[in-house]
Amino acid sequence: MRKDDVPQDEGVLGIWHEISYAVNKEGKYVQVPSAGWEPANVANELARRQIRQQIEEVRQQVKKGALSPLAYHMIRNNMDERLLSQYTGIPKKKVRCHLTPKRFKALNRQYLKRYADALDLSIDDLGRI
Amino acid sequence: MLIDFHHRQSAHCESGVTANLLSHCGLEIDEPLAFGIGAGLFFAYLPFFKVDHIPMTTFRMLPGMIFGRATKMLGVKVKVRRFHDPQKAMIELNRLLAKNIPVGLQVGVYWLPFFPEALRFHFNGHNIIVYGKKNGDYLISDPTLDAPVSCSSRALQKARFAKGPLAPKGKMYYVTGSMAQPDFSRAIIKGVRRTCFFMLKSPRPFAGVHGIRYLAKKIKLWPKKLGKEKALLYLAQIIRMQEEIGTGGAGFRFLYGAFLQEAADILPQKESLLKISREITETGDRWREFALVASRICKDRVGAGNTFEAAADILLDCADREKNFFQELKRSINS
Repeated sequence: MRKDDVPQDEGVLGIWHEISYAVNKEGKYVQVPSAGWEPANVANELARRQIRQQIEEVRQQVKKGALSPLAYHMIRNNMDERLLSQYTGIPKKKVRCHLTPKRFKALNRQYLKRYADALDLSIDDLGRI
Repeated sequence: MLIDFHHRQSAHCESGVTANLLSHCGLEIDEPLAFGIGAGLFFAYLPFFKVDHIPMTTFRMLPGMIFGRATKMLGVKVKVRRFHDPQKAMIELNRLLAKNIPVGLQVGVYWLPFFPEALRFHFNGHNIIVYGKKNGDYLISDPTLDAPVSCSSRALQKARFAKGPLAPKGKMYYVTGSMAQPDFSRAIIKGVRRTCFFMLKSPRPFAGVHGIRYLAKKIKLWPKKLGKEKALLYLAQIIRMQEEIGTGGAGFRFLYGAFLQEAADILPQKESLLKISREITETGDRWREFALVASRICKDRVGAGNTFEAAADILLDCADREKNFFQELKRSINS
Protein backbone atom coordinates (compact mmCIF):
# COMPACT_ATOMS: atom_id res chain seq x y z
CA MET A 1 0.00 0.00 0.00
CA ARG A 2 1.26 3.47 -0.89
CA LYS A 3 1.16 6.27 1.62
CA ASP A 4 -1.42 8.21 -0.40
CA ASP A 5 -3.68 5.16 -0.58
CA VAL A 6 -4.13 4.79 3.18
CA PRO A 7 -7.91 5.00 3.60
CA GLN A 8 -9.59 7.60 5.80
CA ASP A 9 -13.14 6.24 6.06
CA GLU A 10 -14.61 7.13 9.44
CA GLY A 11 -16.70 4.46 11.10
CA VAL A 12 -16.03 1.85 13.75
CA LEU A 13 -12.99 3.60 15.23
CA GLY A 14 -15.00 6.63 16.34
CA ILE A 15 -12.64 9.39 17.42
CA TRP A 16 -9.56 7.16 17.25
CA HIS A 17 -7.13 6.33 14.47
CA GLU A 18 -5.31 3.14 13.68
CA ILE A 19 -1.77 2.88 12.39
CA SER A 20 -1.13 1.56 8.90
CA TYR A 21 2.28 0.82 7.50
CA ALA A 22 2.59 2.13 3.95
CA VAL A 23 5.45 2.91 1.55
CA ASN A 24 6.38 6.50 0.72
CA LYS A 25 7.70 7.79 -2.61
CA GLU A 26 11.17 6.44 -1.91
CA GLY A 27 9.70 2.98 -1.31
CA LYS A 28 10.40 3.15 2.41
CA TYR A 29 7.83 1.99 4.95
CA VAL A 30 6.41 4.66 7.26
CA GLN A 31 3.62 4.79 9.84
CA VAL A 32 0.45 6.50 8.63
CA PRO A 33 -2.60 7.13 10.85
CA SER A 34 -5.89 5.99 9.31
CA ALA A 35 -9.43 6.93 10.33
CA GLY A 36 -10.68 3.51 9.21
CA TRP A 37 -11.55 1.60 6.08
CA GLU A 38 -14.92 1.10 4.44
CA PRO A 39 -14.83 -2.74 4.12
CA ALA A 40 -14.09 -3.07 7.85
CA ASN A 41 -16.93 -0.65 8.60
CA VAL A 42 -19.31 -2.61 6.35
CA ALA A 43 -18.42 -5.95 7.93
CA ASN A 44 -18.73 -4.54 11.43
CA GLU A 45 -22.12 -2.99 10.65
CA LEU A 46 -23.37 -6.32 9.27
CA ALA A 47 -22.35 -8.16 12.43
CA ARG A 48 -23.85 -5.49 14.66
CA ARG A 49 -27.11 -5.47 12.77
CA GLN A 50 -27.37 -9.19 13.37
CA ILE A 51 -26.77 -8.70 17.08
CA ARG A 52 -29.30 -5.85 17.30
CA GLN A 53 -31.86 -8.09 15.62
CA GLN A 54 -31.24 -10.86 18.14
CA ILE A 55 -31.55 -8.44 21.05
CA GLU A 56 -34.84 -7.10 19.71
CA GLU A 57 -36.20 -10.63 19.26
CA VAL A 58 -35.31 -11.55 22.83
CA ARG A 59 -36.78 -8.28 24.12
CA GLN A 60 -40.11 -9.12 22.51
CA GLN A 61 -39.97 -12.62 23.99
CA VAL A 62 -39.38 -11.15 27.46
CA LYS A 63 -42.28 -8.76 27.01
CA LYS A 64 -44.51 -11.66 26.05
CA GLY A 65 -43.40 -13.52 29.14
CA ALA A 66 -41.69 -16.33 27.28
CA LEU A 67 -38.21 -15.48 28.59
CA SER A 68 -36.85 -13.86 31.77
CA PRO A 69 -35.17 -10.43 31.86
CA LEU A 70 -31.91 -12.30 32.41
CA ALA A 71 -32.12 -13.57 28.83
CA TYR A 72 -32.33 -9.99 27.61
CA HIS A 73 -29.38 -8.78 29.66
CA MET A 74 -27.35 -11.78 28.60
CA ILE A 75 -27.85 -11.20 24.89
CA ARG A 76 -27.47 -7.45 25.31
CA ASN A 77 -24.01 -8.14 26.72
CA ASN A 78 -23.31 -10.31 23.70
CA MET A 79 -23.08 -13.44 25.86
CA ASP A 80 -24.45 -16.94 25.54
CA GLU A 81 -25.24 -19.42 28.32
CA ARG A 82 -21.70 -20.75 28.33
CA LEU A 83 -20.00 -17.39 28.72
CA LEU A 84 -22.47 -16.24 31.40
CA SER A 85 -21.87 -19.51 33.20
CA GLN A 86 -18.12 -18.88 33.12
CA TYR A 87 -18.56 -15.35 34.46
CA THR A 88 -20.88 -16.36 37.30
CA GLY A 89 -19.63 -19.83 38.15
CA ILE A 90 -23.24 -21.05 37.85
CA PRO A 91 -23.53 -24.26 35.81
CA LYS A 92 -24.73 -23.84 32.24
CA LYS A 93 -27.80 -25.99 32.77
CA LYS A 94 -28.89 -23.80 35.67
CA VAL A 95 -28.27 -20.64 33.67
CA ARG A 96 -30.52 -22.06 30.98
CA CYS A 97 -33.23 -22.71 33.60
CA HIS A 98 -32.99 -19.14 34.87
CA LEU A 99 -33.81 -17.83 31.42
CA THR A 100 -37.43 -18.86 32.00
CA PRO A 101 -39.55 -16.27 33.87
CA LYS A 102 -40.85 -18.74 36.45
CA ARG A 103 -37.42 -19.93 37.57
CA PHE A 104 -35.99 -16.43 37.42
CA LYS A 105 -38.67 -15.08 39.79
CA ALA A 106 -37.84 -17.78 42.30
CA LEU A 107 -34.13 -16.89 42.42
CA ASN A 108 -32.70 -15.89 45.79
CA ARG A 109 -30.61 -12.78 46.34
CA GLN A 110 -27.32 -14.64 46.22
CA TYR A 111 -27.89 -15.84 42.69
CA LEU A 112 -29.25 -12.49 41.58
CA LYS A 113 -26.14 -10.79 42.92
CA ARG A 114 -23.86 -13.13 41.00
CA TYR A 115 -25.69 -12.40 37.78
CA ALA A 116 -25.81 -8.67 38.48
CA ASP A 117 -22.08 -8.53 39.19
CA ALA A 118 -21.21 -10.46 36.07
CA LEU A 119 -23.36 -8.23 33.87
CA ASP A 120 -22.30 -5.03 35.62
CA LEU A 121 -25.85 -4.15 36.72
CA SER A 122 -27.68 -3.51 39.98
CA ILE A 123 -30.01 -6.28 41.20
CA ASP A 124 -33.04 -4.03 40.52
CA ASP A 125 -31.92 -3.38 36.95
CA LEU A 126 -31.44 -7.07 36.38
CA GLY A 127 -35.18 -7.62 36.82
CA ARG A 128 -36.08 -4.89 34.31
CA ILE A 129 -35.64 -4.55 30.59
CA MET B 1 2.31 7.23 41.00
CA LEU B 2 3.28 8.32 37.52
CA ILE B 3 6.06 6.78 35.50
CA ASP B 4 7.66 8.88 32.79
CA PHE B 5 6.47 6.65 29.97
CA HIS B 6 6.60 7.42 26.27
CA HIS B 7 3.41 6.37 24.45
CA ARG B 8 4.03 5.30 20.85
CA GLN B 9 1.11 4.20 18.70
CA SER B 10 1.41 0.96 16.78
CA ALA B 11 -0.58 -1.15 14.35
CA HIS B 12 -0.78 -4.25 16.53
CA CYS B 13 -1.28 -4.30 20.29
CA GLU B 14 1.24 -6.90 21.38
CA SER B 15 4.15 -5.91 19.14
CA GLY B 16 3.49 -2.31 20.22
CA VAL B 17 3.48 -3.21 23.91
CA THR B 18 6.67 -5.24 23.45
CA ALA B 19 8.47 -2.43 21.58
CA ASN B 20 7.35 0.22 24.07
CA LEU B 21 8.23 -1.78 27.18
CA LEU B 22 11.68 -2.64 25.84
CA SER B 23 12.33 0.92 24.69
CA HIS B 24 11.37 2.17 28.14
CA CYS B 25 14.01 -0.10 29.63
CA GLY B 26 16.71 1.29 27.36
CA LEU B 27 16.60 -1.24 24.51
CA GLU B 28 15.52 1.01 21.64
CA ILE B 29 13.39 -1.08 19.29
CA ASP B 30 10.37 -0.25 17.13
CA GLU B 31 7.20 -2.17 16.34
CA PRO B 32 8.19 -3.90 13.06
CA LEU B 33 11.38 -5.25 14.63
CA ALA B 34 9.51 -6.55 17.68
CA PHE B 35 6.88 -8.10 15.41
CA GLY B 36 9.44 -9.81 13.17
CA ILE B 37 11.71 -11.08 15.94
CA GLY B 38 8.68 -12.21 17.92
CA ALA B 39 7.43 -14.09 14.81
CA GLY B 40 3.94 -12.59 15.00
CA LEU B 41 2.76 -13.41 11.49
CA PHE B 42 0.54 -16.43 11.19
CA PHE B 43 -2.59 -17.75 9.59
CA ALA B 44 -5.10 -20.34 10.69
CA TYR B 45 -8.70 -21.14 9.85
CA LEU B 46 -10.31 -23.23 12.59
CA PRO B 47 -13.79 -24.38 11.53
CA PHE B 48 -14.30 -26.39 14.73
CA PHE B 49 -13.46 -23.47 17.02
CA LYS B 50 -16.37 -21.07 16.97
CA VAL B 51 -16.85 -17.61 18.40
CA ASP B 52 -20.48 -16.45 18.41
CA HIS B 53 -21.28 -19.51 16.30
CA ILE B 54 -18.89 -18.39 13.56
CA PRO B 55 -15.68 -20.30 12.74
CA MET B 56 -12.47 -18.65 13.84
CA THR B 57 -10.01 -17.16 11.37
CA THR B 58 -6.82 -15.89 12.94
CA PHE B 59 -3.91 -13.96 11.52
CA ARG B 60 -1.85 -14.00 14.69
CA MET B 61 -0.24 -16.32 17.18
CA LEU B 62 -1.64 -16.81 20.67
CA PRO B 63 -1.41 -13.72 22.86
CA GLY B 64 1.87 -13.51 24.73
CA MET B 65 3.97 -15.25 22.10
CA ILE B 66 5.39 -12.12 20.45
CA PHE B 67 6.46 -10.69 23.80
CA GLY B 68 7.78 -14.04 24.98
CA ARG B 69 9.79 -14.80 21.86
CA ALA B 70 11.10 -11.28 21.24
CA THR B 71 12.38 -10.87 24.79
CA LYS B 72 13.89 -14.35 24.81
CA MET B 73 15.67 -13.81 21.47
CA LEU B 74 17.06 -10.48 22.66
CA GLY B 75 18.17 -11.86 26.00
CA VAL B 76 15.86 -9.66 28.07
CA LYS B 77 14.81 -10.97 31.45
CA VAL B 78 11.08 -10.72 32.07
CA LYS B 79 8.54 -11.88 34.58
CA VAL B 80 5.10 -13.19 33.60
CA ARG B 81 2.41 -13.86 36.20
CA ARG B 82 -1.18 -15.04 36.26
CA PHE B 83 -3.55 -14.90 39.23
CA HIS B 84 -6.52 -16.67 40.69
CA ASP B 85 -7.52 -13.88 43.02
CA PRO B 86 -8.48 -10.57 41.34
CA GLN B 87 -7.71 -8.60 44.50
CA LYS B 88 -4.19 -9.99 44.70
CA ALA B 89 -3.67 -9.24 41.03
CA MET B 90 -4.54 -5.57 41.56
CA ILE B 91 -2.36 -5.32 44.70
CA GLU B 92 0.60 -6.75 42.80
CA LEU B 93 0.00 -4.26 39.98
CA ASN B 94 0.01 -1.37 42.47
CA ARG B 95 3.21 -2.66 44.07
CA LEU B 96 5.03 -2.68 40.71
CA LEU B 97 3.76 0.78 39.77
CA ALA B 98 5.02 2.08 43.12
CA LYS B 99 8.45 0.75 42.13
CA ASN B 100 8.25 2.71 38.85
CA ILE B 101 7.86 -0.38 36.68
CA PRO B 102 5.44 -0.11 33.73
CA VAL B 103 3.41 -3.31 33.49
CA GLY B 104 2.00 -5.07 30.43
CA LEU B 105 -1.44 -6.64 30.86
CA GLN B 106 -3.50 -9.04 28.82
CA VAL B 107 -7.13 -7.91 28.93
CA GLY B 108 -10.56 -8.52 27.45
CA VAL B 109 -11.64 -5.53 25.37
CA TYR B 110 -15.32 -5.88 26.24
CA TRP B 111 -14.89 -4.20 29.61
CA LEU B 112 -12.51 -1.41 28.59
CA PRO B 113 -14.50 1.85 28.72
CA PHE B 114 -12.04 3.76 26.52
CA PHE B 115 -12.01 1.27 23.66
CA PRO B 116 -14.00 2.13 20.50
CA GLU B 117 -17.59 1.13 21.26
CA ALA B 118 -18.11 -0.72 17.97
CA LEU B 119 -15.08 -2.96 18.60
CA ARG B 120 -15.94 -3.98 22.14
CA PHE B 121 -16.77 -7.63 21.72
CA HIS B 122 -15.64 -10.57 23.86
CA PHE B 123 -12.08 -10.72 22.63
CA ASN B 124 -9.54 -11.50 25.35
CA GLY B 125 -6.21 -11.24 23.54
CA HIS B 126 -5.68 -7.50 23.82
CA ASN B 127 -2.53 -6.04 25.39
CA ILE B 128 -2.04 -2.73 27.16
CA ILE B 129 0.56 -1.08 29.40
CA VAL B 130 -0.28 0.45 32.77
CA TYR B 131 2.18 3.19 33.70
CA GLY B 132 0.63 4.97 36.65
CA LYS B 133 -2.31 5.76 38.90
CA LYS B 134 -3.93 9.14 39.36
CA ASN B 135 -6.98 9.96 41.52
CA GLY B 136 -7.76 6.26 41.82
CA ASP B 137 -7.76 5.70 38.04
CA TYR B 138 -5.09 3.79 36.19
CA LEU B 139 -3.12 5.51 33.46
CA ILE B 140 -2.96 3.30 30.43
CA SER B 141 -0.96 3.30 27.24
CA ASP B 142 -2.96 1.28 24.72
CA PRO B 143 -0.64 1.12 21.72
CA THR B 144 -3.49 0.82 19.22
CA LEU B 145 -4.91 4.21 20.27
CA ASP B 146 -3.64 7.71 19.43
CA ALA B 147 -3.03 8.83 23.01
CA PRO B 148 -2.78 7.47 26.57
CA VAL B 149 -6.07 6.97 28.39
CA SER B 150 -7.27 6.30 31.93
CA CYS B 151 -9.48 3.58 33.32
CA SER B 152 -11.24 2.96 36.64
CA SER B 153 -9.89 0.26 38.89
CA ARG B 154 -13.18 -1.64 38.72
CA ALA B 155 -13.27 -1.75 34.91
CA LEU B 156 -9.61 -2.71 34.68
CA GLN B 157 -10.10 -5.56 37.14
CA LYS B 158 -13.05 -6.82 35.13
CA ALA B 159 -11.04 -6.63 31.91
CA ARG B 160 -8.13 -8.52 33.50
CA PHE B 161 -10.45 -11.29 34.60
CA ALA B 162 -12.62 -11.48 31.50
CA LYS B 163 -13.89 -15.00 30.78
CA GLY B 164 -14.29 -17.05 27.66
CA PRO B 165 -11.73 -18.16 25.04
CA LEU B 166 -8.16 -16.98 25.77
CA ALA B 167 -9.20 -15.80 29.25
CA PRO B 168 -6.32 -13.61 30.51
CA LYS B 169 -6.58 -14.74 34.18
CA GLY B 170 -5.05 -11.47 35.29
CA LYS B 171 -1.91 -12.02 33.23
CA MET B 172 0.75 -9.37 33.73
CA TYR B 173 4.30 -9.10 32.44
CA TYR B 174 7.21 -6.75 32.90
CA VAL B 175 10.92 -6.39 32.19
CA THR B 176 13.27 -7.18 35.07
CA GLY B 177 16.62 -6.74 33.39
CA SER B 178 18.25 -6.72 29.98
CA MET B 179 21.43 -7.78 28.27
CA ALA B 180 23.83 -4.94 27.51
CA GLN B 181 24.30 -5.61 23.80
CA PRO B 182 21.74 -7.96 22.28
CA ASP B 183 22.61 -9.73 19.05
CA PHE B 184 20.00 -8.30 16.68
CA SER B 185 21.07 -10.19 13.56
CA ARG B 186 20.82 -13.55 15.32
CA ALA B 187 17.41 -12.63 16.74
CA ILE B 188 16.14 -11.53 13.31
CA ILE B 189 17.35 -14.71 11.61
CA LYS B 190 15.68 -16.87 14.24
CA GLY B 191 12.44 -14.89 14.05
CA VAL B 192 12.33 -15.14 10.25
CA ARG B 193 13.02 -18.87 10.32
CA ARG B 194 10.24 -19.31 12.82
CA THR B 195 7.71 -17.45 10.67
CA CYS B 196 8.76 -19.36 7.54
CA PHE B 197 8.25 -22.56 9.46
CA PHE B 198 4.77 -21.52 10.65
CA MET B 199 3.65 -20.46 7.20
CA LEU B 200 5.18 -23.30 5.16
CA LYS B 201 5.36 -26.30 7.46
CA SER B 202 2.32 -26.00 9.73
CA PRO B 203 0.25 -29.16 9.84
CA ARG B 204 -2.36 -29.36 7.10
CA PRO B 205 -4.98 -28.30 6.49
CA PHE B 206 -5.76 -25.55 8.98
CA ALA B 207 -2.65 -23.39 9.34
CA GLY B 208 -0.13 -21.44 7.32
CA VAL B 209 -0.28 -21.31 3.52
CA HIS B 210 -2.35 -24.52 3.49
CA GLY B 211 -4.83 -22.84 5.82
CA ILE B 212 -5.36 -19.99 3.35
CA ARG B 213 -6.08 -22.49 0.56
CA TYR B 214 -8.37 -24.47 2.86
CA LEU B 215 -10.34 -21.33 3.71
CA ALA B 216 -10.61 -20.41 0.01
CA LYS B 217 -11.99 -23.84 -0.74
CA LYS B 218 -14.56 -23.54 2.04
CA ILE B 219 -15.64 -20.04 0.99
CA LYS B 220 -16.63 -21.36 -2.43
CA LEU B 221 -18.96 -23.84 -0.73
CA TRP B 222 -20.53 -21.44 1.77
CA PRO B 223 -23.39 -19.92 -0.28
CA LYS B 224 -24.79 -23.38 -1.08
CA LYS B 225 -24.05 -25.01 2.23
CA LEU B 226 -25.04 -22.26 4.67
CA GLY B 227 -27.61 -20.19 2.85
CA LYS B 228 -27.08 -16.60 1.93
CA GLU B 229 -27.54 -14.92 5.29
CA LYS B 230 -25.17 -17.12 7.22
CA ALA B 231 -22.61 -17.13 4.43
CA LEU B 232 -22.53 -13.34 4.55
CA LEU B 233 -22.00 -13.37 8.32
CA TYR B 234 -19.13 -15.83 7.97
CA LEU B 235 -17.55 -13.67 5.28
CA ALA B 236 -18.00 -10.50 7.34
CA GLN B 237 -16.25 -12.24 10.22
CA ILE B 238 -13.16 -12.86 8.07
CA ILE B 239 -13.04 -9.21 7.03
CA ARG B 240 -13.33 -8.17 10.67
CA MET B 241 -10.54 -10.49 11.78
CA GLN B 242 -8.45 -9.27 8.87
CA GLU B 243 -9.00 -5.55 8.92
CA GLU B 244 -10.15 -4.43 12.33
CA ILE B 245 -7.67 -2.81 14.66
CA GLY B 246 -4.48 -4.71 15.16
CA THR B 247 -5.63 -8.20 14.25
CA GLY B 248 -4.90 -7.56 10.62
CA GLY B 249 -4.21 -9.77 7.65
CA ALA B 250 -3.16 -7.21 5.07
CA GLY B 251 -1.88 -4.93 7.83
CA PHE B 252 0.40 -7.69 9.09
CA ARG B 253 1.86 -8.16 5.59
CA PHE B 254 2.76 -4.47 5.49
CA LEU B 255 4.14 -4.67 9.01
CA TYR B 256 6.27 -7.61 7.97
CA GLY B 257 7.40 -5.71 4.89
CA ALA B 258 8.55 -2.88 7.16
CA PHE B 259 10.36 -5.43 9.31
CA LEU B 260 12.20 -6.87 6.30
CA GLN B 261 13.33 -3.37 5.29
CA GLU B 262 14.82 -2.92 8.73
CA ALA B 263 16.35 -6.36 8.62
CA ALA B 264 17.97 -5.42 5.28
CA ASP B 265 19.90 -2.68 7.07
CA ILE B 266 21.22 -5.13 9.65
CA LEU B 267 21.81 -8.37 7.72
CA PRO B 268 24.18 -8.90 4.76
CA GLN B 269 21.42 -10.19 2.42
CA LYS B 270 20.30 -6.60 1.79
CA GLU B 271 19.15 -6.80 -1.84
CA SER B 272 17.15 -10.00 -1.59
CA LEU B 273 15.43 -8.88 1.62
CA LEU B 274 14.37 -5.61 0.01
CA LYS B 275 13.04 -7.53 -2.97
CA ILE B 276 11.04 -9.87 -0.75
CA SER B 277 9.75 -6.87 1.19
CA ARG B 278 8.36 -5.45 -2.08
CA GLU B 279 6.73 -8.79 -2.87
CA ILE B 280 5.09 -8.99 0.52
CA THR B 281 3.77 -5.45 0.03
CA GLU B 282 2.08 -6.56 -3.19
CA THR B 283 0.58 -9.55 -1.41
CA GLY B 284 -0.77 -7.25 1.30
CA ASP B 285 -2.50 -5.28 -1.44
CA ARG B 286 -4.04 -8.52 -2.72
CA TRP B 287 -5.38 -9.26 0.77
CA ARG B 288 -6.95 -5.83 0.74
CA GLU B 289 -8.55 -6.57 -2.61
CA PHE B 290 -10.04 -9.68 -1.05
CA ALA B 291 -11.52 -7.60 1.78
CA LEU B 292 -12.88 -5.11 -0.74
CA VAL B 293 -14.58 -7.76 -2.87
CA ALA B 294 -15.88 -9.53 0.23
CA SER B 295 -17.34 -6.31 1.61
CA ARG B 296 -19.08 -5.65 -1.71
CA ILE B 297 -20.67 -9.08 -1.44
CA CYS B 298 -21.77 -8.20 2.09
CA LYS B 299 -23.30 -4.97 0.82
CA ASP B 300 -25.14 -6.94 -1.81
CA ARG B 301 -23.62 -5.03 -4.68
CA VAL B 302 -24.17 -7.30 -7.58
CA GLY B 303 -21.41 -7.04 -10.10
CA ALA B 304 -19.25 -9.18 -12.28
CA GLY B 305 -16.38 -9.63 -9.83
CA ASN B 306 -18.36 -9.71 -6.63
CA THR B 307 -18.97 -13.38 -5.99
CA PHE B 308 -17.83 -15.85 -3.35
CA GLU B 309 -16.01 -17.63 -6.14
CA ALA B 310 -14.04 -14.52 -7.11
CA ALA B 311 -13.18 -13.68 -3.51
CA ALA B 312 -11.89 -17.21 -2.94
CA ASP B 313 -9.76 -17.00 -6.08
CA ILE B 314 -8.02 -13.91 -4.72
CA LEU B 315 -7.25 -15.86 -1.55
CA LEU B 316 -5.79 -18.70 -3.61
CA ASP B 317 -3.57 -16.17 -5.35
CA CYS B 318 -2.49 -14.82 -1.93
CA ALA B 319 -1.62 -18.35 -0.83
CA ASP B 320 0.52 -18.93 -3.95
CA ARG B 321 2.35 -15.64 -3.49
CA GLU B 322 2.97 -16.27 0.19
CA LYS B 323 4.31 -19.72 -0.50
CA ASN B 324 6.73 -18.26 -3.04
CA PHE B 325 8.13 -15.47 -0.98
CA PHE B 326 8.38 -17.41 2.26
CA GLN B 327 10.35 -20.06 0.39
CA GLU B 328 12.52 -17.35 -1.09
CA LEU B 329 12.91 -15.74 2.33
CA LYS B 330 13.92 -19.04 3.87
CA ARG B 331 16.58 -19.58 1.19
CA SER B 332 17.83 -16.03 1.52
CA ILE B 333 18.09 -16.09 5.31
CA ASN B 334 19.87 -19.43 5.34
CA SER B 335 22.41 -18.36 2.72
